[in-house]
Amino acid sequence: MVGKVVLVTGVARQLAGRFVRRVQREPEVGRVIAVDAVPPEHDLGDAEFVRADIRQPMIGKILAQHSVDTVVHLDVSGTALGAGGRTQAKETNVIGTMQLLGACQKAPTVRRLVVKSTTSVYGSAPRDAAVFTETTPVKSLPSGGFAKDAVEVEGYVRGFARRRPDVAVAVLRFANILGPRADTPLAEYFDLPILPTVFGYDPRLQFVHEDDVEGVLLVATLEARRGTLNSGTFNIAGDGVLLLSQTARRLGKPTVPVFLPAVTWVGQMLRTAGVTDFSREQIRLLTHGRVVDTRQMRETLGYRPAYSTDETFCDFARSRGPGLLPPDRMARAVDRLAGVLPAAVREAGGADARDGAGAVRS
Amino acid sequence: MTDAKVIPFDEDSRARRGAGRSRARAKTAKSANAAGTAKGPKTPAKPPRSPQASPATGAAAEHGGLASVPEAGAAGEAEPAAGIPAQAAASRDAGGQEARTEPSQGREDAAGAAGGAEEGADLTEPVAPSLGAALTGVADRLLGGHWERKVASGLAFLRRRVTGDYEVDEFGYDADLTDQVLMSLLRPLFDTYFRVEVKGIENIPAEGGALVVCNHSGTLPMDGLMAQVAVHDHHPAGRHLRLLAADLVFMLPLVNELARKAGHTLACSEDAQMLLERGEVVGVMPEGFKGLGKPFSERYKLQRFGRGGFVATALKTGVPIIPCSVVGAEEIYPMIGNSRTAARMLGVPYFPLTPTFPWLGPLGLVPLPTKWTIQFGTPIPTDTYPAEAAEDPMLVFNLTDQVRETIQHTLYELLVQRRSVFF
Repeated sequence: MVGKVVLVTGVARQLAGRFVRRVQREPEVGRVIAVDAVPPEHDLGDAEFVRADIRQPMIGKILAQHSVDTVVHLDVSGTALGAGGRTQAKETNVIGTMQLLGACQKAPTVRRLVVKSTTSVYGSAPRDAAVFTETTPVKSLPSGGFAKDAVEVEGYVRGFARRRPDVAVAVLRFANILGPRADTPLAEYFDLPILPTVFGYDPRLQFVHEDDVEGVLLVATLEARRGTLNSGTFNIAGDGVLLLSQTARRLGKPTVPVFLPAVTWVGQMLRTAGVTDFSREQIRLLTHGRVVDTRQMRETLGYRPAYSTDETFCDFARSRGPGLLPPDRMARAVDRLAGVLPAAVREAGGADARDGAGAVRS
Repeated sequence: MTDAKVIPFDEDSRARRGAGRSRARAKTAKSANAAGTAKGPKTPAKPPRSPQASPATGAAAEHGGLASVPEAGAAGEAEPAAGIPAQAAASRDAGGQEARTEPSQGREDAAGAAGGAEEGADLTEPVAPSLGAALTGVADRLLGGHWERKVASGLAFLRRRVTGDYEVDEFGYDADLTDQVLMSLLRPLFDTYFRVEVKGIENIPAEGGALVVCNHSGTLPMDGLMAQVAVHDHHPAGRHLRLLAADLVFMLPLVNELARKAGHTLACSEDAQMLLERGEVVGVMPEGFKGLGKPFSERYKLQRFGRGGFVATALKTGVPIIPCSVVGAEEIYPMIGNSRTAARMLGVPYFPLTPTFPWLGPLGLVPLPTKWTIQFGTPIPTDTYPAEAAEDPMLVFNLTDQVRETIQHTLYELLVQRRSVFF
């Protein structure tokens, strides 16, 4: 029997490119068709690259021609590649998904569909529960931006699942993706030399590592392992939570609290200056934070992330240079302060610091 | 263990001030004590923060304990007047006992246990120069016995904060900050200002989930915070009360940040259920704003207990419900009026007018120093009901009423016992 034929969209992006290179090494995968409107700059290995825009009906022909049985839709992202901006991104997200799903519905060979989504479909509001599960009713739907695209994409995917009950559909809601090669808006935010924050709010953040994105996509794409089910909607995030203030300290970057009414204005200024895309949903994330429950991912999907939120952030921070206030220098400053105090404190302090450092690092 | 006389550490440090030599010895005694604390069978000490650090600490503590025997003997011969060898021996024998008899001290010891133990283990402390000794003496007198340990742990805390090396849970609860800072800020209010008397703390189980249901009063939610301090400081297992707060709390800047870090979360069934499933003690005030912002004339009259959602959640998770009655909070800001216009303008549920607020400006925000009593009642078990009990509205209403009646009766009893509002 010939192996699976996997079609991956949006391969011009780093993450999708990595997934393409990874999935073709699987023994049950026969061929990998990589699709994007722009030729990728990175190597795709043995995958066949087909230059096609998923907003065009051409995608249906590709599905039929290669008798694709697994579609991995990764062309859902917050920023457009190259020029075009927000309108372009929205077009690709929403119209692209509609076209692709329409084509899938007509293609009898398709057996499995994996869609990349985001936890921002939950929005973030002070009235929301602290931890979102996959079934939490959302109190305030995102009003625009990428989050709204994702909500719409998920709506179309649900419609598709209804019309083609024979296709196994997995929707993966990823938390903020970080890692050494991440190019998400949040990574850009963390690259700023001074981090603007919202005054009086310290949001809880969750991250998922690039390697785990690859790992979990693989689990969802291949046949389900015994005792697990890889169709349905799953929250994907690393264990644990970091506060924004904590991330800033670990990066060694000073923060500038801005009053909430002025935040939009500062965001616009930064966007005009081209520093970073400070969208409204990102401001909401950085105000109220967002934490999702990952029990379904562990128990039903059977995936255990290799990196916790903490480790993901450490890996990300290592890949970026030190900030203006590197944590080790701050720690040395405290030690020096301890040094000017009498000997008894120094001893007790040394022991305590050793104990404390050991406890936290382990 | 009847001969195990408890000698407070303050005496220890006072005796130490005499000679430089005795310092090492006092430390040894302390480390022996720390060993006892660490090894004691049922100590109130918090477990070490990391599992990897604990074996090393334990080993060091053991060394300290062993090393203290000859050292203490030698010191005793040199200085018979201080009578410390007996103490060292006693504290070594009765380390566990002592930790139990002095809960607060025991906890503090546990915090510094690693420090003390390591000092005891190497025993290579140089004799401090005379200036240092003088400074130490002054600081001892000014700040009390444990000052160097306090300063050291403060510095260690600062070090963790500036490097971001601490953990928060999914709800944003920052245990490190709560223990070290927030509770210390509330403690003077609890101990000195409101002189809170805590009764029935043993009704909160030492482990597993429990739902503490409290009456709510006082215009500002001081009662919740005081109940949190009561559980934190007085519960033998050092449990933390995770309060459920109104959504208004999470809309206000600064307030929401502090509330999350202190372990509070939004009062909704999802959050409550998740916390209870994890075996946390959750505190809820079902009266909500109706209780908090009721006029002074209606003091100690419980308002409607919401829709009984808290009972349904307790039934779902099978945790006991612990009724909690707070006396004293009603009189801290006697609300004699409510300005609806101002409330509407500010977007808050009520705008209190008290004899001092807003007439005296910020001075009007000072609460009256009433004498408080917090009584935790007998737990009402919910695990005897079948799984679908949470879906039975009659049962939920009956249980809600039972909890409400219990709290109301306890309130009346406490009010009868109370001598005066302020004493």
